[in-house]
Amino acid sequence: MRITVTVDGTTFTDDVEPRQLLVHYLRERLGKVGTVVGCDTSNCGACTVHLDGHSVKSCSVLAVQADGSEVTTIEGLARDGRLHPVQQAFHDNHALQCGFCTPGMIMQSIDLLADNPDPDEQAVREGLEGNLCRCTGYQNIVRAVRAAASTMSGGAGPEAEQVAPASNVAGGGDR
Amino acid sequence: MTATVEPEIGRARLRKEDARLIAGRTRWTDNLTLPGLLHMAILRSPMAHARITAIDVTVARKMSGVLAVFTGADLADEQGSLPCAWPITEDMKSPSAPSVAVDRVNFAGEAVAVVVARSAYEAADALEAIDVDYDELPVVLDMEAAVAEGADLVHEDLGTNTSATWVFDSAEAGTGSDVEQAIAEAEVLIERTYRQQRLIPAFMEPRSVVVDPTGEQFTMWSATQVPHILRVMLAMTLSVPEHKVRVIAPDVGGGFGGKLQVTPEEVLTFLVARRMGKAVKYTETRSESILAAHHGRDQLQKLTLAARRDGTVTGLKVELLADMGAYLRLVSPGVPILGAFMFNAIYKFPAYRFVCTNVFTNKTPTDAYRGAGRPEATFAIERLMDELAAELGVDPIEVRERNWIRHEEFPFTTVAGLTYDSGNYEAATAKAKELFGYDALRAEQRERRERGDSVQLGIGTSTFTEMCGLAPSRVLGSLSYGAGGWEHAAIRMLPTGKVEVVTGSSPHGQGHETAWSQIVADQLGVPFEDVEVLHGDTQSSHKGMDTYGSRSLTVGAMAVVRAADKVKAKAAKVAAHMLEASEGDVEFEAGAFRVRGAGATAKSVSIQDVALAVFAAHDLPDGVEPNLDSEATFDPENFSYPHGTHLCAVEVDTETGRVDVRSYVAVDDVGKVVNPLIVEGQVHGGLAQGIAQALFEEAVHDESGTLLTGTFADYLVPSAADLPTFTTDRTETPATSNVLGVKGVGEAGTIASTPAVVNAVVDAVRHLGVSDIQMPCTPMRVWQAIRTGQTDAGGLGNEAGGGLGSIDSSGGAR
Ligand code: FES
Ligand code: FES
Repeated sequence: MRITVTVDGTTFTDDVEPRQLLVHYLRERLGKVGTVVGCDTSNCGACTVHLDGHSVKSCSVLAVQADGSEVTTIEGLARDGRLHPVQQAFHDNHALQCGFCTPGMIMQSIDLLADNPDPDEQAVREGLEGNLCRCTGYQNIVRAVRAAASTMSGGAGPEAEQVAPASNVAGGGDR
Repeated sequence: MTATVEPEIGRARLRKEDARLIAGRTRWTDNLTLPGLLHMAILRSPMAHARITAIDVTVARKMSGVLAVFTGADLADEQGSLPCAWPITEDMKSPSAPSVAVDRVNFAGEAVAVVVARSAYEAADALEAIDVDYDELPVVLDMEAAVAEGADLVHEDLGTNTSATWVFDSAEAGTGSDVEQAIAEAEVLIERTYRQQRLIPAFMEPRSVVVDPTGEQFTMWSATQVPHILRVMLAMTLSVPEHKVRVIAPDVGGGFGGKLQVTPEEVLTFLVARRMGKAVKYTETRSESILAAHHGRDQLQKLTLAARRDGTVTGLKVELLADMGAYLRLVSPGVPILGAFMFNAIYKFPAYRFVCTNVFTNKTPTDAYRGAGRPEATFAIERLMDELAAELGVDPIEVRERNWIRHEEFPFTTVAGLTYDSGNYEAATAKAKELFGYDALRAEQRERRERGDSVQLGIGTSTFTEMCGLAPSRVLGSLSYGAGGWEHAAIRMLPTGKVEVVTGSSPHGQGHETAWSQIVADQLGVPFEDVEVLHGDTQSSHKGMDTYGSRSLTVGAMAVVRAADKVKAKAAKVAAHMLEASEGDVEFEAGAFRVRGAGATAKSVSIQDVALAVFAAHDLPDGVEPNLDSEATFDPENFSYPHGTHLCAVEVDTETGRVDVRSYVAVDDVGKVVNPLIVEGQVHGGLAQGIAQALFEEAVHDESGTLLTGTFADYLVPSAADLPTFTTDRTETPATSNVLGVKGVGEAGTIASTPAVVNAVVDAVRHLGVSDIQMPCTPMRVWQAIRTGQTDAGGLGNEAGGGLGSIDSSGGAR
């Protein structure tokens, strides 16, 4: 089947197998390997991307279902060399160790903040329930999301993907 | 050069690694692709024990995109036997361990055939077209039944299900007295049997391997913790010359011991790529990972603790059955043996005996999982100390205090023969009690009991220590381990003054790039940003023992320090020449050489100046090689012994059995800290895994040996909503066994937390007649314990949701 999808700002028209999962289309066809696969039962959230501004587990969506849609992956968040505030907050709060869950966590966190610009701890924990992390024990992830909330002016959907003025770029500054 | 002003060690540096990882700029093995890359898929046995009578691959071989199908028979001559590097006894029984089964399968999930195809989808399709006929054999699942007279056998040819029995006896070793005598004379005896359920490491990145045979060397990329060990083992297992193999661990998404392995999948990908002459990739699904990657824990612990009425412990006897699963993997037999030295923990037992019997069953092989042997030991002793306290009617912390090594008694040689170099259990405990509000919580507990509240409060203690920093080579030798425990590092000084650090440690989330940069910045007085850390590729980092057993900092970073010392010694000669002074008169401080006592304003040459001068080599002292690069291999003289006091408060709803962790305080003493941010993260993650063992996780098999918890829907890795916020803090007694004073932190949280949580759960309902609840302490089990007053609640329960209480009565160890 022929589909047309806009991914991280670039439009692609491709013939895909009807059974191909969106995550495989992104990774194998488009080389968007920043989005990863952590399970085969839609439990881990590692594959989370935004489809028309809302988070989805891209392993539970077929590529053909994304026809005519806009997809944002972790690779499309930073603008003009500036990290998205949630990316920055993950760095600033040591919210990742191996980093495998991180793309999905960040995409889900952005969606969560779009729905609730000022979540309390419990709301963050519940909002991230579908994303597993084996390294961090979640404490610093929760802290990062709440920190991001305070630096972002808020806003729903794709607006939340806009970059607020970020102070510095990741790479080993001081806390 | 601000970096030289404030020491880097101890600074909460944000991680260098993050920049790529938060942007999706990653190199997971499964991200890699090569021209003409082929994809491999593995057909796995649904049977736990069976003879393979026929395999028909004809249909599969003809399917679109399928280049080849191989069965065990096809690969039997070249696959060798997967290595086990730890023969714990001379007469240890070890079955041959094929990567793909040839005529018999011994656990559900074992490979029986592989397909090679143009795409992963086509390879997966072809699996379904392969027809295998099995002749079922009796399955052996329960350890006690397996070692009983006349048991069915996992491996007929071995004639027994016992792999080995390993004994340590303090009377025989001369490290203590006779435990039987202590038991005979005991005023108080605590006898318990605890079960360490089977766990699944569940690293988030599924294992993946790519092998490219098209160059002069075979190049293997693998999601492994141990690229160096893997290279040696591939050479030894497959009779391929070692120098013809290069192994690369690119970005690796967690390991926790689960990627400390030489896997069937790695060997098969290698063999198939060699056959095809083309690059081949294999990436497991999560279900395959849960089913076939090695599991952890799985012990039955029979324990006898002898004590006097005043609470002084007089002896400890430990009899273990440890489930190896169907085969011995890389270090399977040694995992429970690592626990042998830890059951006595921080307590001054005068007599100790440890007997471990390793048992084969028709289950997935077990091997290292975070803590490896030490969580099992710590759980047992910390549960027993609580039981002793209950028996004597004293506070659990008081009974510990009566028996632990006092801070002024270090260094202290234990009944297990280890010498603990440093520690201060009093300080950690005092701090933990204060942060926790111990007395107030005890008061609330009393109040709720008196009131008969339906929600009861329980308080659990764990004053743990562990041995890590694996390991002094001679100790490993005395334990018959097949290799040393050293680590290697090299430092390259580049002409522009930048620094490359090559390390044999192989990080997969620990933040070595950041921590090593901090250490080298201090050592050489160069900016943190000027240090690049190279690792995980046997071509750039040719020598190493990799990362596990909380060894990277205590062993790996020590090698880095030694290499830096050599760089400085070489540079001093050149610097003296440049300063027209004698070498003995120059000193190195904050990145620069000066004539000693000449004052801060005197002429100096920086280490970068020296690097450039050496590169030019125009004017070097006679006999000095134009090279500052240096390497070092460090072999630790002792283990390191982090310790700490963890306190957990849980609320147990006595009507539903639901457990809520209300507060968790962890005060850890990991010696000197290089980066407090990283240390805290390691503790958090460790706590999550230890708490998960206490409350959520369990690999469950049914009576035919089928894994029931085969997906993340059934195997309950906790989510953010399942875990509390932890209060973490530290005390600091530097290790005396290394110049950095560091102790290792990777496993501490996992080792400490499991007993703290279970002690809390039992404490909450002890007044209702409960003295034990098997892990995981699910609502079903807790409720059952309360209802029946069963001292040994657990056993039955098979509600949906896997780990939520579903231990099969005939399956796992009871
Ligand atoms: S890969 Fe999509 S939820 Fe796990
Ligand atoms: S950082 Fe490793 S899984 Fe989350």
